Amino acid sequence: MATPALPSNDLQTVRRDVASRKVRDQLFVVVGLLALFACLFSLLVLFSKLVMDGSDRFTWEFVSSFPSRRAAQAGILAAWVGSSLVMLVTACTAVPVGVMAAIYLEEYAPKNWFTGVIEINVTNLAGVPSIVYGLLALGLFVYKFDLGQSIVTAGLTLALLILPVVIVATRESLRSVPRAIREAAYGLGATRWEVTKDHVLPYSTGGILTGMILGLSRAIGETAPLITIGALAFIAFLPTPPLTDVAPYVSFTWLTDPFTVMPIQMFNWVSRPDPAFQSNAAAAGAILLGMTLLMNAVAIYIRYRFRKSINW
Amino acid sequence: MKLWQRTLAAATLVGAASAFAPQAAVAQQIKIDGSSTVFPIMEAVAEEFQISKRGKVRVTVGIAGTGGGFKKFCRGETDISNASRPILAEEIAACKAAGVTYIELPVAFDALTVVINPRNTWAKTLTVAELKKVWEPAAQGRITRWNQVRAGFPNQPIQLFGPGADSGTFDYFTEAINGKSKATRGDYTASEDDNTLVQGVENNVNALGYFGYAYYVNHKDKMTAVAVNNGKASVLPSTENVINGTYNPLSRPLFIYVRVSSAARPEVAELIKFILTKGAPLVNEVGYVALPPSAYAMAQKHFDARRTGSVFGGKPEVGITIEQLLSREAK
Repeated sequence: MATPALPSNDLQTVRRDVASRKVRDQLFVVVGLLALFACLFSLLVLFSKLVMDGSDRFTWEFVSSFPSRRAAQAGILAAWVGSSLVMLVTACTAVPVGVMAAIYLEEYAPKNWFTGVIEINVTNLAGVPSIVYGLLALGLFVYKFDLGQSIVTAGLTLALLILPVVIVATRESLRSVPRAIREAAYGLGATRWEVTKDHVLPYSTGGILTGMILGLSRAIGETAPLITIGALAFIAFLPTPPLTDVAPYVSFTWLTDPFTVMPIQMFNWVSRPDPAFQSNAAAAGAILLGMTLLMNAVAIYIRYRFRKSINW
Repeated sequence: MKLWQRTLAAATLVGAASAFAPQAAVAQQIKIDGSSTVFPIMEAVAEEFQISKRGKVRVTVGIAGTGGGFKKFCRGETDISNASRPILAEEIAACKAAGVTYIELPVAFDALTVVINPRNTWAKTLTVAELKKVWEPAAQGRITRWNQVRAGFPNQPIQLFGPGADSGTFDYFTEAINGKSKATRGDYTASEDDNTLVQGVENNVNALGYFGYAYYVNHKDKMTAVAVNNGKASVLPSTENVINGTYNPLSRPLFIYVRVSSAARPEVAELIKFILTKGAPLVNEVGYVALPPSAYAMAQKHFDARRTGSVFGGKPEVGITIEQLLSREAK
């Protein structure tokens, strides 16, 4: 034989090695799947427990009634309307401010020690306990700016709370835009703003929306900062409708109205002596989870629409 | 059409349609905040009052806690402050500094209830001294078994359950039993959520716990109330024993404080009248003890005469009976 053949025992060693590495590969898949199922399973158990405990309260009356001292008549109308409006204010402030801050830090700001300090602080802010934001908001929004215990105060408080999350996620997303895209655009004479607006932002919308989802999902479940700024536990009327019959047909007085939110309503029911309120709390919990999922679904749909419109 | 244009068009249509909807008159608003213990009473009152006014008056009730409620009240942010204890000296000073004057109205009584597991056959009565022996700060790490409380009790560990330090129930119990507000042993299961305490007592044969009467009433079948002996007789917590003043020192009055400048508003005066004339059945319904009709009548008289200030002089006080409260109010 011209070329020396591989000794058969060597070949077997290689085969054994390949086989054992394949086993380890499979093992990782199993471990990964187990981890995934552990997460999904605990969420599923939690959700089905809430649904089962609150099963007799999933009625139209529950969604369309105000709170009451009688568990069977109490509902979450004020709470879910309050939560939705507060989330609207939060999204309308945290997202533009957060995205613009991130664009500045990522695209415009010079890389020096000062921006370094800002960067570290933004990341650290994400870990500050939420009650601290409540105290800040009490001093700043409620008393200094005299906004009172209102929907706008709550929305701004939660916006502050989720701002670091939005900024960090947006920056990660901006960073993932390939350098070649930017350079190609610059090469064609685009300004920095044109590059950002026409190329970087559309491409990173998916990541930005993910950050928004994470932020809003956290905000909708917050109780502590809102109790600090003075959210109410009993409120049997709705905020002023945003549309009126007198010109200019749009009213912003709802921003200054008192409010309650879903987690506070749940907290209040959980601590009640009458055990019948526990099923109300469970049903409200399931609906709150549903609201979060719905909010996320909308964001995912928007993300999908944006993705489709990109074709490089 | 792009998505946002469609949205805008829809919004315009809705706006145009709502132009024909009748406009709601701007409603008057009454702001109530304070104790979470008093909350169920005021929630019930607010609910019924708003129904009776057909939505012309809006009432909001918060749960900032007795202390947190007074902070807002003395800044003039609320009309009525709920309190599970009389206003304290520093709160009186804060109100005075801000020029806020107020009328103190007792609305109900609560009976702090000491509870044991239904399978506990030995501790059906306990004296105030024995309770102190268990709960005082010196008991920490020392009094850990039932036979240390009274000779003859079984040699089994005690499992203690009590509210956390932010609660008015905690303040009152420590004041009444240990002689000093907030003085307590630290090695017990504390929870701000009374339902956690309820579960602890339900599942533990060696448990001893305390919380508001309403929690006991709602879980009567799963726990036993301890008759408390104050040296005169062993008395169980009940509506009658609170009214006749024998359940002592663990009965406590609950109050509302009305700002005088708010009291001038007709809707606030109407709400107060509603509480004092129609409130008693609501108080009983949510698990507290209503005052006798004469007490509500007297409170109404004080309100009408705008008698300001507190009859307690800013000092924490325990073991006051309805009768004593009335005689003091009558002065």
